[in-house]
Amino acid sequence: MNVLIYAESKDRGFKKAINDAVYYGKQVANNTGGKCIAMALGSVDNPSELGQYGVDLVIHDGAEKFDAFDSVQHTKALVQAAKDHHCNLVIIADTANGKSIAGRVAINLEAGLVSMVNALPLSYDPLMVSRTVFSGKAIAKYQFQTENKVMTLAGNSIKAEKQDRVAEVQKMSFNVPDAMVKVLAQETVKGEVPLPEAELVVSAGRGMKGPENWGIIEDLAHTLGATTACSRPVADSDWRPHHEHVGQTGVAIRPNLYIAIGISGAIQHLAGVNNSKTIVVINKDPEAPFFKAADYGVVGDLFEVVPRLTEALKKYKSQNS
Amino acid sequence: MNPYDEWYALVRAIELVEQNGGKVTVISVGGSDYDIIIRKALAIGADNAVRIDMQAEDASQVALEIANYARSRDFEVIFTGKETIDFNGSEVGAMIAALLDMPFVSYASHLEYADGKFVIDRDIEGGIEKVQVNEKFVLSAAKGLAQQRIPNMKGIMMSKSKPLEVMTPLSGNHPRVKVDGFETPPAKSGVKLINPENMDELVRLLHEEAKVI
Repeated sequence: MNVLIYAESKDRGFKKAINDAVYYGKQVANNTGGKCIAMALGSVDNPSELGQYGVDLVIHDGAEKFDAFDSVQHTKALVQAAKDHHCNLVIIADTANGKSIAGRVAINLEAGLVSMVNALPLSYDPLMVSRTVFSGKAIAKYQFQTENKVMTLAGNSIKAEKQDRVAEVQKMSFNVPDAMVKVLAQETVKGEVPLPEAELVVSAGRGMKGPENWGIIEDLAHTLGATTACSRPVADSDWRPHHEHVGQTGVAIRPNLYIAIGISGAIQHLAGVNNSKTIVVINKDPEAPFFKAADYGVVGDLFEVVPRLTEALKKYKSQNS
Repeated sequence: MNPYDEWYALVRAIELVEQNGGKVTVISVGGSDYDIIIRKALAIGADNAVRIDMQAEDASQVALEIANYARSRDFEVIFTGKETIDFNGSEVGAMIAALLDMPFVSYASHLEYADGKFVIDRDIEGGIEKVQVNEKFVLSAAKGLAQQRIPNMKGIMMSKSKPLEVMTPLSGNHPRVKVDGFETPPAKSGVKLINPENMDELVRLLHEEAKVI
């Protein structure tokens, strides 16, 4: 089966989520006897770099109109590429833009869609995939009923292996209608791994007492190379920006390490974070419900424990670098 | 109703109609057990409701039914919630937009309307993107789009007499994916407590045992 990856670009390159999607596609292509093809749109410096994760061919349309995201334009191009190259499986990274086109692509290809796939396929023939449901309390196994298939891959769910390889690049010019959604502006944090694909996350809650105390959280995150997050009351009180809010109504994350500081662990918060591989909870209240979901717990005053942890990490880093 | 549908999508739609005129229609795909939820939407302020009498198994079935209903009617904006809170698929909105050949704006957390133009903030990784749409479109609602409204007694009384039309589903609308069983994720082995004085031990465990640093 030929597989097509939607290689969403950012800042002229590709995010980690795309490398994972490519690697996933390569495993399917290898196991079903097909090619792994990627489609990149807009300004990208080096599309052939996707070869490192297994792409055989990159179809690239570098037209500037694609730099501003319009779900209709991007879908049209992706569907065209899938048809041109006889790809029965389209893999899309589970990002804000990826989710915006997945349903559209599925309809246009008359394909079944499974979102937020969390692991390599359970079987290749027939293709069966899995995803977590009910706030991480269960794993559902899915079977496609259609010849064409579309899936989105949850962030940080597989480990992509890198090879020393470049992909062939084929220049393409897709015929798409004018954008109906006009992008006026973007306001995003620069230089930080976005939460949905972060491997390490340091998160803090009301136990911090006020926004002026966040220095110790930022120090810890910086030392660890982690992305910062927060609980809902913290975002609602404007102590931290809205996009840092993890939980049921915020961002759902699945990092390798989640350090929760001064967060009691309400069920709505756990729903967004309990797919984390390892959870560390730091809280002065030994009865905090979060400890039940944790792998490691520290009962203590966060204003003492957090700086101590940062120092211990610095010591570890200097010994191991 | 999940909070994305109720607090954000429904309430923002009602606000738009209160300010600019028009009508809010609520549509749901499900069995008669959904009627009580639909009545709540009417109590909050929707004008009329439609239920497609069907137990859908996947998002494409729901989207096909909603698009089929909307196709022949003149809706300016189709509001969906950003995702369900059990499967979190976030699939139906984009599918409806595709079926109706309309633009789609996902994860809207703020919406302004003036002179036939919609300006919307949509949540993206690490921030927001501000976009403009000048035509009929489909939107998925995220936190922040509106404030929750609790139905008052007058609304509840009025909801009982508002129209709720029950329609039969399309023929041949089959699911395109099927769930073939559930598994329980591997259980946590229980929390290991670390002495708060000894953070070197925590770092050691994260490195040697959990292997995450």
